[in-house]
Amino acid sequence: MSFIDRTARSFLLAELVSGMALTLKYMFKPKVTINYPYEKGPLSPRFRGEHALRRYPNGEERCIACKLCEAICPAQAITIEVEPRDDGSRRTTRYDIDMTKCIYCGFCEEACPVDAIVEGPNFEFATENREELFYDKDKLLANGERWEAELAARLEADAPYR
Amino acid sequence: MPKLTVDGIEVEVEAGATVLQACEEAGKEIPRFCYHERLSIAGNCRMCLVEMERAPKPVASCAMPAADGMVIKTDSDLVKKARNGVMEFLLINHPLDCPICDQGGECDLQDQAMAYGFDSSRYAEKKRAVKDKELGPIVKTIMTRCIHCTRCVRFSEEVAGVGTMGAVYRGEDTEVGPYIEASINSELSGNLVDLCPVGALTSKPYAFTARPWELKKTDSVDVMDAVGSNIRIDARTGEVLRVLPRTNEDINEEWISDKTRYAIDGLKRQRLDRPYVRKDGKLQPASWDEAFAAIKAKVAGLDGKKIAALAGDTVDCESMTALKDLMGKLGSANLDCRQDGSKIGGPRASYIFNSTIAGIDEADACLIVGANVRAEAPIINSRLRKRWRSTAGDFKVGIIGEKWDPTYKNDYLGAGPDTLQEILDGKNDFAKVLKAAEKPMIIVGMGALNREDGDAVLAATRAIAEKYGMVAGEWNGFNVLHTAASRVGGLDLGFVPGEGGLATNDILDGAAKGDIEVVYLLGADEVDMSKLEKAFVIYQGAMGDAGAQAADVILPGAAYTEKNGTYVNTEGRAQQGWRAIFPVGDAREDWAIVRALSGALDLTLPYNNIDAVRERMVELSPTFASLNVPTKAEWTDFGKAGDMKSDGFTSPVRNFYMTDPISRASVTMAKCTEAFVKDAAAEKVA
Repeated sequence: MSFIDRTARSFLLAELVSGMALTLKYMFKPKVTINYPYEKGPLSPRFRGEHALRRYPNGEERCIACKLCEAICPAQAITIEVEPRDDGSRRTTRYDIDMTKCIYCGFCEEACPVDAIVEGPNFEFATENREELFYDKDKLLANGERWEAELAARLEADAPYR
Repeated sequence: MPKLTVDGIEVEVEAGATVLQACEEAGKEIPRFCYHERLSIAGNCRMCLVEMERAPKPVASCAMPAADGMVIKTDSDLVKKARNGVMEFLLINHPLDCPICDQGGECDLQDQAMAYGFDSSRYAEKKRAVKDKELGPIVKTIMTRCIHCTRCVRFSEEVAGVGTMGAVYRGEDTEVGPYIEASINSELSGNLVDLCPVGALTSKPYAFTARPWELKKTDSVDVMDAVGSNIRIDARTGEVLRVLPRTNEDINEEWISDKTRYAIDGLKRQRLDRPYVRKDGKLQPASWDEAFAAIKAKVAGLDGKKIAALAGDTVDCESMTALKDLMGKLGSANLDCRQDGSKIGGPRASYIFNSTIAGIDEADACLIVGANVRAEAPIINSRLRKRWRSTAGDFKVGIIGEKWDPTYKNDYLGAGPDTLQEILDGKNDFAKVLKAAEKPMIIVGMGALNREDGDAVLAATRAIAEKYGMVAGEWNGFNVLHTAASRVGGLDLGFVPGEGGLATNDILDGAAKGDIEVVYLLGADEVDMSKLEKAFVIYQGAMGDAGAQAADVILPGAAYTEKNGTYVNTEGRAQQGWRAIFPVGDAREDWAIVRALSGALDLTLPYNNIDAVRERMVELSPTFASLNVPTKAEWTDFGKAGDMKSDGFTSPVRNFYMTDPISRASVTMAKCTEAFVKDAAAEKVA
């Protein structure tokens, strides 16, 4: 009996019909895909993307060269060199992150006592060669300036949970 | 010998010990800030509180003498509460600026706050701020961080003997600093940085340079003076960043001089990083092969008598051994390790610090002849001061030579040999002091021995030592104070003129006349280079100083931080230091350069590694068979009695901060010279 049943279903295209019915059903449901890169999904304020060095509103760089991020970095991707600045304050002369080593764990952000180094919302920083992924202080500060509005908003959104 | 119980453990301590020491004896850790083993007890930080039975309140264990039958608790609830409270009070006015503080990572307050403090602060009021003090080119101050432990006050008062630091005002307004605006004029001021338990006093040259966890630590020996202070070299990524003292009770305790600590920045300047050969009157960069070929072209077939070698003040014993053997193979006996032309040598007892540095703690009278101990060996001067303090002034010190301030009470006897003769004849008042003393000692400096009449002065000092019982039984109070780290090692190895060989001054004169055609300078920069103009000069060393300028061939060697080396200090104590970083550029370890050169000259030396060189050193002198212990020297006849000239002794160290190529290249030492050395300041004005 099962043989006849199966053969009959094949000849009457029952599978095709049920498949098309499913397709038809989804045509009327809301879409789950987005039109990347023109559309983007939502990001948590804790998303750990590209790094940035922030500044205070008065333009002074936040980083005080305490080297805690360098110490905590499990991939040893951060290199810092320090010298007293002309006014005697403690500032970095070099702040490098090797983005090819970085594992985006966010420990640097956690360790920073002044919220200077942060991992921002940007994940679209693919480059054509490795060298461009060796970030220096200028690049990181430029990132900070570019993303400051969003970075501040993210920190504020996450503040109650820290 | 009081017996007491600490946390149920019975301990017996020496009479006069404190409860804190008893607790340590029992293996209990007591937190402390103001207490320091080598300073007097202040008892003002209150961190060391412990519970004592039958006492109404917790007691400060550092200031409480241990007594029989005491029952101490170090981990009761009361003690925990007391420590918590003390820590909270200390942190009230301490800024929480650890991230920008140089002490971060090696801070007593940080560590103890972790161990004994609360996890959060209840203090919301305003914190106080204190104006920073100016303490000169070495110590940087951030006085807001000060917790008033007064260690620095006690150190400068007791150990350094300059008494410039103090605490002014009372209560919350207390400020620690110099009473008047003045730099700390002491050769030991760098130790303040180590002593400070917080980040109030930090190192100015090292400011913000590195964190302690980044550094690779290497044990080594200092070569800036002949004391052989034990040091720890902290390096990162092929760069020496700082030098710290290593505790050695027999030598430097836990202090080091400022030159030891801060001259290392000279190692980054004026370095010889590749061989050079002089062509057409100009030094041109060359390869090792070219340099060796140039030497071979000159030396091959030359009579050994026309070749001479001089060893400098900071070279290691390994390279002197190799060079001595090479000179032997070249058939030359003209070698000398005494750049200043002094005549010391001969029996070992005549050129070492026989009583040992620790022996100063037993002496009861001291005659200093022609040595500015404070400039030549600050660590030994601090030992003398320590002895003077511990005897409450009964330790009598007499000084012959220049006038200098030893920081303790002394009798200035006279300027030169005449006074020496008076003492020998018993005509001087100080002779009575020496006679009355049970363990008198004499310190003879290079200022007295590097003169033409050095032999006669040596004989006179020996006669004084004999006459006043300075050599009796186990006690030998005849001491020679050297200024060069390599000197005793060189003398022990026999890096002195062999049979028919010439000494330094004769070599220089010979070179000026043209009798000596080749001069090998092994790190020797202090000789009169103008006399070497005619000769073919080979300079091997690390620094581009006078020797390198006069050279025809430069062989780049390693500095003391860049090689494993053996050094013999003024006591005759052989010590080994380890390599902290690799030599710069094409430079190599010095003994290996000599060994390679010997190969190029077809006179191959019979050692291929440093262990073989060290075996050869043991063959040359038993000093090197027993490391870290001074071998006693037999008391024999030495010196040649004769007429002494009447002009006064002058110390060879004119400027403590600049005595060798490394310290001369150092920026920090230049700043110190400007700040502290009067002559230099006057010169600048003129």
